[in-house]
Order: sequence, then C-alpha cells, then structure tokens
Amino acid sequence: MNRILATAVSEFRIAFRNRWVSIATGMMVLFALVLAAAGAAPTGDVGVDRLSVTVASLTSLAVYLVPLLALLMSFDAVAGEVERGTLPLLLTYPVSRLEILLGKLLAHLAILALAVTLGYGAAALVAVWSDPGAVAGLASLWRLIWTSVALGATFLGAGYALSALARRPSGAAGLAIALWLAAVVLYDLALLALIVTDSGGVFTTHALPVALLANPADAFRVFNLSAAEAVAAAGGIGGAARAIPLWQSAASLLVWPLAAIALAVAAFRKVTP
Amino acid sequence: MTPTLTISRLTKRFGDVEALKAVSLTLEAGRRAALLGHNGAGKSTMMKIILGLIPYDGGEVSVCGSSPGSSSARAAVAYLPENVAFHPALTGEEQLRYYLSLRGESPRQAMELLSRVGLAHAARRRIGTYSKGMRQRVGLAQTLIGKPRLLVLDEPTSGLDPVSRRDFYDLLDGLSAEGTAILLSSHVLTEVEARTDRILILSGGALVAEGTLADLRARAALPVALLVRPAPGRAPALVSAFPEASAGGDGLLRLSCAQAEKLPLLARISALGGEVADLDVIPPSLEDIYSHFSRRDGQ
Repeated sequence: MNRILATAVSEFRIAFRNRWVSIATGMMVLFALVLAAAGAAPTGDVGVDRLSVTVASLTSLAVYLVPLLALLMSFDAVAGEVERGTLPLLLTYPVSRLEILLGKLLAHLAILALAVTLGYGAAALVAVWSDPGAVAGLASLWRLIWTSVALGATFLGAGYALSALARRPSGAAGLAIALWLAAVVLYDLALLALIVTDSGGVFTTHALPVALLANPADAFRVFNLSAAEAVAAAGGIGGAARAIPLWQSAASLLVWPLAAIALAVAAFRKVTP
Repeated sequence: MTPTLTISRLTKRFGDVEALKAVSLTLEAGRRAALLGHNGAGKSTMMKIILGLIPYDGGEVSVCGSSPGSSSARAAVAYLPENVAFHPALTGEEQLRYYLSLRGESPRQAMELLSRVGLAHAARRRIGTYSKGMRQRVGLAQTLIGKPRLLVLDEPTSGLDPVSRRDFYDLLDGLSAEGTAILLSSHVLTEVEARTDRILILSGGALVAEGTLADLRARAALPVALLVRPAPGRAPALVSAFPEASAGGDGLLRLSCAQAEKLPLLARISALGGEVADLDVIPPSLEDIYSHFSRRDGQ
C-alpha cells in the first residue's frame, strides 16, 4: 500500500509540474460554465429545477470530455517510461507492476476527480445562484461526479493498456485518439444508423440495450439520464435509456474500470525493458 | 557460506543470435568483480538476467538464494543502469524519496544519500537541469539505499570526472567491506585494475577469461618490451650487440621478449655497462591483455 501511495504522490507531482492538473481543471470549468450559460434560457417551464437541467447538459459534455482527458493523461504512462529509459531501473525495485499501475491510476483519478468536481461545481453554483430551488438537484450532481470518475477510470485503464501495447509515446497517442473516436463518437453513430434502418425492429428492442451497456460511455449516459427521470428533454437515446434497468447501467459503469485495469496489467506484464 | 550470486551454464538467445553461451560464475559477499567486453559481448544482457528484467533460455541463476526478479531477490539487489535516466520534472530529492519509499525505507534519508554522492547543493533542482555526471550520481545514490547485498553496476563511471571516479570507487570499497558483492562493467580498464578483486572477460557471449589481473597476465604470457637508450655515440655498438632489436627514429632500441627471458636479457644489457644510457621495461598493458583474450575467438 505504501508503494502504491508513494507512486501516486510521485505521479501527481509530475502531472502537476506538466500542468495536467491545471489543463484538466481549466478545461472542465470552462466547458461547464459555457454549458451553464447556454442552458440558462429554457428554464422555469420544464417543471424541473435548474441544477437537474444543468446536470443533463453536463452529462452530454462529460461523455466526450472525461474519456478524452483520461486518455490524454494515461497514454504516456508506460510508453513514456520506456522511451525515457526509466522503466528498467523501476522494475528492479521491489514493487510489482500492478502496484506501479495502481499508483499511477490513483494519481490520475485524483486529478480527474478534482477537475470534474470543480467544473461541475462551478456550473452548479451558477444554477443555484440563479434559482435557489436548484439545490433539489444536488443528488443528480453527486451521481454525475462519481460516474464521471468511474468512466475516467475505465479510459485511464484503457490508456495504460494502449501505452503498454504501443511501447512508444507517439504510437500510444495515436491508439488513444483512435479509441476515443471509436468508443465515444463512431460507436453512437453506428448505433444511430442501425436504429434508423431497423425502424423499431428486433435490433432496437433487443440488441440496442446490450450494445448500450457494452460501451462504458453509453452506460454512463444511460445511467445518468435514466436516474434523472425528470429530464426527458435530454433527447437522443433517452428513450432507449429508460428501457434499461438502473442496476444494469450501474453495473456496467463499475465493472468496466476493473476490466480495463486488468487489461492494462496484462499488457504491462508483456513489456520487457 | 553460500555465494551472493551463482550463475551456471547460463544461455540466452535473441532469435538466431546466441547472446550468452554457457556462462558460469560465482560472486561471494564482499567481493568485487569487473565485467569487461566489447559492445555486444553480452555484459548488459547478463546483468539484465541477473536482475530478472529479461528471461533466459538455459542454465541456472541464483541471486541471494532466490531466483532472479523474485521479490526477495529484488529487495536484496541494487542496480545502476548504463545511461541512467529519471523523470526530468522531479527534483533529485523527490526522486530519491520515491525510491526510498519503494524499498520501505524512510524518505528522510534522501538528503543524506545525496550528500554522500556530493549532490546536496542540487537536491532541490529538477533533474531535467542536471548534467550527465549529476544524473549518474543520483543513480549511484539510489544504489546505496538500504544495504543491498548485491550491486549490479553497468558502466557506472561513464560521465564522471576523474576525481568523482575516485570518490565513487571509495564508496564501493566501503560497501564491499560491509559485505556487499559488486558486479560492475567498465570500458576503462585502468580504473578496474586497481579497484576490483577479479576480472571477467566476455567475448561473443562466452566467458573467455576469469581471474585476478596477475592471473590473466601470467596466462596471456604476452611479451615484455624493453626500450634501450644508447650512450652518446654508442648506438652502432649496441645494434651489433642486439641484432634482434629494432631501431626507432627516436634513437631508442626496442627489444621484446617472453616473460621468462626477461631477466637473462636484462643481465645481457647491464653487462654492456657504459654503452647504455637508460633502460625502460614495459610490461604488457591491461589493454594488451584484454585484447589478447577478447580477440581469441576470431573477433
């Protein structure tokens, strides 16, 4: 445990000096405030508090931004050590590869948690300031924060795995961007195309829920939207979201980080310094 | 007492290339061995196997009674890689505090370790601003963490100036006196000569020679060179007395003989009395001995 903590402290320090902490926090705060300002118009007549509306918009933002930040922070984790030549010495220390990765994960998760809390928090402050009744939405804000951290953990793990597979930072960066495009953008486009061609057939009723649960980004969206039932206005796949029980999307959100970390450790074990 | 390091018939292949061919060696506590060899002779490969960083194909390796790379072996072994590198964003002190924590030692020892290698003044600067020699000292400082039983040092003095090299070998002397076994590789033969107990020469993946410098010198049986300076005007007389000698442009006569013939030859020269102004005996250098062994396999 001490070795994991020591690794986390060292990694946090490095991320802080490389300005990752300020970049991540700045990005989240900026985008959240823009959303809060843009979402200020359609309130009062939806019958929900301001904060819940803000959380619904933040969910759509987080689904793109959180995986991107996580991949940006993690792609260098193993490949960077290989390129700098710091890996052989580290691996002669009495520390296991799992402990090294968990230490990095802890540091990167802390940064991510800080960034989303400050970002969403800023948007929430704006909402509460303009509508004191918005405190009713605090539960959905909290839900958004912890699910964002879980989503981030999944993509951090995936980033470590790609980093270990590529062994060069440039290759790892390319793979990370490809994963982000495929999992967050193209996957949904493909589902949308299938829904359109299927027009309410077997795919939409049976395969779609599974397909949504199989992708951590979609599970994140489904969970937050169906948990905040009131927000029907969110549109998109909101309809499908309600068909999936809450426990299933929650399970997907919690199982994915473990799977991603297991994959990362397996890939890291294959790296010979 | 069981040796700190035992290697028997170690074999390692990279594809078709046999990087190590049935190498055997033992290293007892408190002994210092120098590993010599060309680039690609297998030195770094052997060290990485001892550290458990890469697997091997045949033979047996035992590090402090455990298999290489096991957690008990890693707890007992310290390593200084060739061209040691650290994260440039950390300071020397932070980097050492991290390494101390990984070995379960108190991070508070960081400053003391840095002063032992003469880096206390730069402890709070980022490693990215360090020179190569300073990075090498950080690397050296981390090998001193918690009394290691075996030190594996790959080209440890590269990048160090002569004074730092001497300090470095003084540190090693202190460690070996406390029972640490030391295996180091080096290109600088003259410094290895005085500061190690045993020399191992690797060539093409095989251990071609092993022993003290005196052993190797005797086994190589390289000729001794003698340089004779004739007294003024006596050069022609000397040339006729030693027809086997070659005369250099500098007016010196060069003679060469086997070790066993050295004393009789000296007697012949001193019998000439006033004809000889000066005489130098030049034993085969360490470089000569090294190339004798490392080129024997048609390298």
